[in-house]
Amino acid sequence: MSPRRTDAGGRIDRLRTIRFTFDGAPYIGHAGDTLASALLANGVTLFGRSFKYHRPRGVLTSGVEEPNALVTVLRGEVREPNIAATMVEIYDGLTAVSQNRFPSLSWDLSAANQLGGKLLSAGFYYKTFMGPAIGPLKGTRFWMFCEHFIRRAAGLGRAGIAADTARYERMNAFCDVLVVGSGPAGLMAARAAADQGARVILSELEPHFGGSANWSGETIDGMPAADWAARAAGQLEGYDNVRLLPRTTVWGYYDGNTLAALERVTDHKERPGKGEPRHRYWTIRAKSVVLATGSFERPLVFPGNDRPGVMLAHAAERYANEYGVLPGNRIALFTNNDSAYRCALALKKAGAAIVAIVDVRPELSSEIRELADEVEAKNLSAHAVVATEGGKALAGIKVQRFDMVNGALAGDRRSIQADCLLMSGGWSPTIHLASQDGAKAEWNAARQAFLPPNATQRWIGAGAFTGSFSTAEAIAEGRAAGLSAAGGTGTPAALPVVEAAPGDPDPAPVFEIKADGKSFVDFQHDVTAEDVRLAHREGFISVEHLKRYTTLGMATDQGKSSNIPGHAIMAEALGKPIPEVGTTRFRPPFSAVSIGSLAAERFGDLRPERLTPMHDWHVANGATMYSAGLWYRPMIYGHAGETIEQAYVREAKATRESAGIVDVSTLGKIAVQGPDAAEFLDRVYTNMFSTLAVGKARYGLMLREDGLAFDDGTTWRLGEQDFLMTTTTANAGKVMQHLEYFLDVIWPELKVHVTSVTDQWAGAAIGGPKARAILAACVTGTAVDNAALPFMGIVHGKISGVSVMICRLSFSGEMAFEVYSGAGYGTHVWEALIEAGKPFGLVTYGLEALGTMRIEKGHVTGAEIDGRTTARDLHLDWMLSKKKPFIGSAMMDREGLIAPGRLELVGLISLYNQPLNGGAHIVEALDEANPHDSIGHITACCYSPALGKYIALALVKDGKARRGTRAHISDPLRNRFGPVEIVSNHFFDPDGSRMHG
Amino acid sequence: MLITCPYCGPRDVIEFTYQGDGNRERPQPASQNLDAWNAYVYNRLNPAGDHNEIWQHSGGCRAHLRVVRNTLTHEVSSVAFARGDHKSAARHKAEGKP
Ligand SMILES: [Zn+2]
Repeated sequence: MSPRRTDAGGRIDRLRTIRFTFDGAPYIGHAGDTLASALLANGVTLFGRSFKYHRPRGVLTSGVEEPNALVTVLRGEVREPNIAATMVEIYDGLTAVSQNRFPSLSWDLSAANQLGGKLLSAGFYYKTFMGPAIGPLKGTRFWMFCEHFIRRAAGLGRAGIAADTARYERMNAFCDVLVVGSGPAGLMAARAAADQGARVILSELEPHFGGSANWSGETIDGMPAADWAARAAGQLEGYDNVRLLPRTTVWGYYDGNTLAALERVTDHKERPGKGEPRHRYWTIRAKSVVLATGSFERPLVFPGNDRPGVMLAHAAERYANEYGVLPGNRIALFTNNDSAYRCALALKKAGAAIVAIVDVRPELSSEIRELADEVEAKNLSAHAVVATEGGKALAGIKVQRFDMVNGALAGDRRSIQADCLLMSGGWSPTIHLASQDGAKAEWNAARQAFLPPNATQRWIGAGAFTGSFSTAEAIAEGRAAGLSAAGGTGTPAALPVVEAAPGDPDPAPVFEIKADGKSFVDFQHDVTAEDVRLAHREGFISVEHLKRYTTLGMATDQGKSSNIPGHAIMAEALGKPIPEVGTTRFRPPFSAVSIGSLAAERFGDLRPERLTPMHDWHVANGATMYSAGLWYRPMIYGHAGETIEQAYVREAKATRESAGIVDVSTLGKIAVQGPDAAEFLDRVYTNMFSTLAVGKARYGLMLREDGLAFDDGTTWRLGEQDFLMTTTTANAGKVMQHLEYFLDVIWPELKVHVTSVTDQWAGAAIGGPKARAILAACVTGTAVDNAALPFMGIVHGKISGVSVMICRLSFSGEMAFEVYSGAGYGTHVWEALIEAGKPFGLVTYGLEALGTMRIEKGHVTGAEIDGRTTARDLHLDWMLSKKKPFIGSAMMDREGLIAPGRLELVGLISLYNQPLNGGAHIVEALDEANPHDSIGHITACCYSPALGKYIALALVKDGKARRGTRAHISDPLRNRFGPVEIVSNHFFDPDGSRMHG
Repeated sequence: MLITCPYCGPRDVIEFTYQGDGNRERPQPASQNLDAWNAYVYNRLNPAGDHNEIWQHSGGCRAHLRVVRNTLTHEVSSVAFARGDHKSAARHKAEGKP
């Protein structure tokens, strides 16, 4: 048996042996052990090194609030740092290592930091490293010199670089009553609510339900409290309307009674079961919440209170009663309250010698004196511990007479030999979730604690959370809370009867013993009482400033054990009562949450893919696909050995020489229908649509309310009250939302309905000198000659038996047609067009050739309609109707939008026969070493087969007036410089003779 | 945060798109009062407390809703269709708006 393991008792299974390693050394524990209890059982006292001073640290607590005993758990290559050893359940093969030590835990070089204690006092980041005024290390250089060493010395665990192979899950849950915490109060609440028929979730951050019942040593209903709790949890398991969530930390309380929780599903297992995630992130929407989260015991602040072997009193009680582990053989106790006496008794019963009970209070009640007599300890009332001795383990303590009225120490120091010191500084209710919810906690002078605020949402508190520290109160409050949360009123049965040690719940108002030596307030961030006073002397007196200046409460434990002592010391320095110093509001998360659980399944490429009806055809026919927003579109249909440029030049050239076809199914398509549809379009477009004849299409421009250009596209009038609007691919969603907003919010009187039909239509644009001949060869049921199908005309016919709608409009500048069919027939119609085009030399072309031909024509797209340009900037002012108001008409002529000096759309021709680059800047005169002011930038560029030159569209300051002049590309990022000529954006066929044919 | 859509019932906020301050009054379409347009396009109330807002149930029925939301607690105290009972339609007609 391990040196510190008791022969009997506790809730561990001594027959089940578990082997694990810590810092490479093999250890043995038992089922039911945490890493902390198992290491203590093996006589390990040193768990880690402190943050700044590298002081040896042991384990302070037995739970989630542990600030000292942080370890890194290794699973293969994956490392999880900063895990409290008190929260790690051991399993066969567990590999844990200590942190913040070099080269080893027991022999640490940086422990010398504590010799330079002044250097690392509060605020050291802000002031120590200003450096000398002159010399090689002047000013901040000194800081940069020191930083390297300090960063290495100060810190916590090291994060891993191997990819996390674990799986994480998300879960949404709904319930009538969520009970947080499963101590006696939580168990009673869950049962009472469940008996009312409510859907109940009971969450417990520990592996076992029962909370303090598992180690209190009390008796409930005539049986050990732990058995009572196990029975109560077992009964709840039989309820269909109760869900039990062990190992689940509710870490966030949000609006709408929405709570976030982390379930550690398999951290305690050697390997996950089939399909099990490592962690599960729960979003729980609860009609009511019962907060039964208990309380945290506070340390006392005195010199050497951080030495390994100094531990919270109830943590030691738990190690003895739940894990069968004695944290020491000769144990001393230091307290300001009655609750610690129960712990002395428990440890005595478990086999330890209690050598002394040091109590700051001069007078004790007769019940407590009897308890002290029972443990046969030297009873030192009106005394305080003023020092601890020992290295990596406690060897003894020094005590002195203490007057708690003025804090004065008197008389000789007496040494007491002890290998463990238990301390109890009173209790702080775990009000974190209630505080997150928004209300301010109230200071209770009797309890010396902040009690939960009034509920701002639907929650009810119960038990120690409310400051009712006895189990009998917890049971009564728990049942009342559960009933009330479930909307019940009756109190059916008698309450369970509790037999517990006596004691007054109110501690003496003593937080600190002032004597020489480092007295730690925040163990994890190495903040001492003197640091708090230094912050006060330097003027950082608000709690928020105190926190930031000293970093008190800002470590991974978020000050669970340090906040109240820290505030108390600041209050004393200020000469104010604690409530006037205030407390900070707690923020989520209550305790550390794995990043993996926050991401859960939502990582990697999450975008849905939008594929056009002809997608498979493109892929099968050699297209290189390109992602455009969510869509995939052919970029080029390359031939063997072709570069991208060669491919698109070939495609564009063939289109202009014979014919080309491109998939335009991605264009946004919105059906605008109803008696007021034409009126509505007049309001949203800058130009008129009410005058458009049925069977005709028109190009339209939309502005935003602020007068800047928004989107463009053609809209087809299919019937008197029936329009088909097309938008750019990228803006389809935004335009839809824009239209819906105006119809719903601004003009509800308009009788118009808008429907997104993007996915219902397949579209193919076919253009070029032979385009009409190809259509004539395959379209039936309508003529497609100039009389039947003039420019911007629409006809209905059939291709290969499928109904199609054909509109003669052109983006490429060629005689061109858009052929629309039902999406399901898209490939069928596409293939028929390809077949019909074969004798005419029809080519398929992709986005690159499409872009090339549009640049040659000087059409704008999203690159030019970039949210900063106006219609005038883009030379689209001819589209601004003067006959009617439209969205943006009032704002579009504001001073700044019509002032000279705006960026205007121009064409650029490369004069150095090199490609131009999107985003490259344009300057008036070239000086590579000393770049001149930019007068604009390139928005789109290509090699133009029609011109035989590299060309671009650009937005250039006063661009129109610069036509015919020269400028220079200045693109230092890509090291491209060279002269260009500024021309009109209409490079090719400016009068449109080709498309009008 | 939950918004109870009059069509769809209580739904999580991720289904909705915020469409701005619901207190804004759009000037008459033909109005040349730039100050009024400026206020409409750029000015937003920023109250600590109840706020009239427009939300679209973009991941649901697509309706725009007038929502009164407390900016401190996210409590939603009322939800109605932005189209309302066509009061605004009547107002537009009475004022001779196009
Ligand atoms: Zn809805």
